[in-house]
Amino acid sequence: MIDTLHPTSVSRRIVHATAVLAALCAAASPAIAGPHEHEHVQRDSTPSSPSQEHPNSHSPAPLIVWPTWDEVTRVLSLRDYNTRVVLLGTMVLGMTAGLIGTFMLLRKRALVGDVVSHASLPGIAIAYIVMESHSAGSGKSLTGLSIGAMLAGVSGVLCTTAIRRFTRIKEDAAMAIVLSIFFGLGIALFTIVQRMPTGSAAGLSAFIYGKASTMKAADVQVIAVVSVVAIGVCMALFRQFSLLCFDEDFAKSQGWPTGLLDLALMGLVVCVSVIGQKSVGLLLVVAMLIIPAASARFWTNDVLKMAVAATLIGGLTAFFGVTTSALFPKFAAGATIVLVGSSFFTFSLFFGLRRGFVRRAFMHHSLKQRVGQDDLLRSFYELLETDAKAAMKSASPTVNVSDTNLDINLGMPRERLLAARSWSTRRLTQLIKKARRSGLVQLAPDDSIQLTMNGAVEARRAVRNHRLWELFLIEYADIAPSHVDRDADEIEHVLEPAIVAELVELMNEQFPEMRMPPSPHPLELELELELEL
Amino acid sequence: MSGSNISAQPSADRATVIGPGSAAVIEHPSSSPLSIHDMTVAYHRKPVLWDIDYDAPVGKLVAIVGPNGAGKSTLIKAAMDLIPKVSGLVHVFGEPYRKQRRRVGYVPQRGAVDWDFPINALQVVAMGLYRQIGWFWPVTRKYRVLAMESLDRVGMADYAKRQISQLSGGQQQRVFLARALAQNADLYLMDEPFAGVDASTERAIVAILKELQSGGKTALVVHHDLQTVTEYFDHVFLLNMRLVATGPVREVFTPENLRKTYGGKLALLDQVGHKMSGVAP
Repeated sequence: MIDTLHPTSVSRRIVHATAVLAALCAAASPAIAGPHEHEHVQRDSTPSSPSQEHPNSHSPAPLIVWPTWDEVTRVLSLRDYNTRVVLLGTMVLGMTAGLIGTFMLLRKRALVGDVVSHASLPGIAIAYIVMESHSAGSGKSLTGLSIGAMLAGVSGVLCTTAIRRFTRIKEDAAMAIVLSIFFGLGIALFTIVQRMPTGSAAGLSAFIYGKASTMKAADVQVIAVVSVVAIGVCMALFRQFSLLCFDEDFAKSQGWPTGLLDLALMGLVVCVSVIGQKSVGLLLVVAMLIIPAASARFWTNDVLKMAVAATLIGGLTAFFGVTTSALFPKFAAGATIVLVGSSFFTFSLFFGLRRGFVRRAFMHHSLKQRVGQDDLLRSFYELLETDAKAAMKSASPTVNVSDTNLDINLGMPRERLLAARSWSTRRLTQLIKKARRSGLVQLAPDDSIQLTMNGAVEARRAVRNHRLWELFLIEYADIAPSHVDRDADEIEHVLEPAIVAELVELMNEQFPEMRMPPSPHPLELELELELEL
Repeated sequence: MSGSNISAQPSADRATVIGPGSAAVIEHPSSSPLSIHDMTVAYHRKPVLWDIDYDAPVGKLVAIVGPNGAGKSTLIKAAMDLIPKVSGLVHVFGEPYRKQRRRVGYVPQRGAVDWDFPINALQVVAMGLYRQIGWFWPVTRKYRVLAMESLDRVGMADYAKRQISQLSGGQQQRVFLARALAQNADLYLMDEPFAGVDASTERAIVAILKELQSGGKTALVVHHDLQTVTEYFDHVFLLNMRLVATGPVREVFTPENLRKTYGGKLALLDQVGHKMSGVAP
């Protein structure tokens, strides 16, 4: 018998696992929700009032305490030593995270930061337990805890890689598995820490929620050293990292040590998420990695500029996040930084110069307008052409029609325009309204449409462009004449003047003495006409 | 051909047909651009390529042809150590691939990368020069000029500063080709360069292939369009997990061999067969 996973047994297992996890979380909650759950950057100027320390006392504190002008200037002018330290550390961290996040985003590994930070939790707990059992009281050493976090984070990433390589589980599932198992393990270990004599005062929960306000000069030094190394590595290996992110196979075929480069990149991510945990917390540190890079992508199409922009956005996010947190007590610094970052992101999403939503919508709209207008004028012109041809054919069948003998003052009933293309009545009305506003057409007394002088010139240009482009497609792109109309339709509206000039030259060679090239394919209207004749 | 077995000449014009039961003895001449010795490749536990034994002829354009899942891309990737081999050796111009990387230009499948990457066409082409430039040196003017020349060769000089997602499929393929050309390799391995490109790009690529050939270079090209094999290539490598047949198109690209490769299921084969009977003497 093959051991198959019966659906119900799977669901039973899941339920079971969930129950276990829930129990673990409940047991660990005192460890997580420590006394400093909502941490903010303290203002030295504000003497902590009793009502703020004990929210449950007689007079309830207001939900938001607005800062006074004095406090604003005090924070912004960096008069407090504490604010300066926190600001410096967080900004450097934000810049480094933004830079490294650029590569993570481009490498499509945005979630690896999340895996690293979640996986580091048991490392912190184990490091604490080991250090405490070695010599009591030494468990709070930041270096020791960071090393533990780093090792655990790395093993989390390695587990993901191993699961992906040796099983058929896909990367996203592997990440979810590793992330939750390590985090669950971490929380379970925190319960043990909680029961140790010094455990409750250990303040390990700071690693989960972040506690920027407790940042010391020594922490800033660590951040600075790691950041200098990280930025240096990124600058030195910028080309290699870009190549790795763009085309790993090609990089490998060229003999670049892609495995080592990948490892270096991972190492940087681990370093940044571990040093970032202390200030924004392991749950939110991934935001510092990814949000600046994702925001920067909206502003540029160049990887170097994107990296610079992400670095700047990371730094600015940290600056505004920390100052906001300093101004509003009870706003945790980590959360504020992430919120500021998300507002940067939202702004970029809408107003980014390269890929922002507004620009795209605007481009789309204006293109649609131009296309609509060109189509209207072109149909108008071709109808006139057909009429002229029909009139002349009945007189003498051999005469060629040219645009000099078109009667552009002829009024055109709406029905004929409507029949010329697959417009809805509403769309046609819209187009005519728009064209009237631009002075291209006017209404004749009998409600038919007439080209203005301007409109005639524009119509001629539109038809000319269309036919030039058709010629080009037939000449150079091997598109059959019967298909050329539709293909030309898509592109002619975006022709650059330089290309038009080139096409005109081509046309002059082929059709000298003619200002308007004949259509390379019979117009639909002509076909109908010929059938009638 | 003289018929002597021990000639050190590359077996440029000799057809090798390996059928069931035929014990093929193939020598591996050291001058062959790419010689593959008994290569087997497997994904997980499922073999994809079995005992491939092959010597590429010098200065020829070779089409690698076979049905979907025949291991065409795998063959190229395994030859370049991009995926691990279960067994086998690959030599490039008589030496292990590792030592000859600079002489091999690789054109991956267009779909293998994310074209949304924030980079322009010229920068992509410059990637082919990174190895020459070295680890920590910047891309100097000299290399930008080289990259530009490559772009010009594929008719893309006007698009150098265009972000790559704004290029059409054919233009993207040309950029990939230019990147390999920039490297000035002696052996080119191309993975489906003709897939989904427009007619003018197809012509441009064929022109480049002929140009490479007249410069004494060799190209192995994974190709999916049986109709154009005779027109574009002089050698063919028929593959369906095993090497079915290889040699000059005239001799090897026969309806019978194709049926062996495709399992006789393809209606297109008869068409190609007709075409072949018109071309072959």
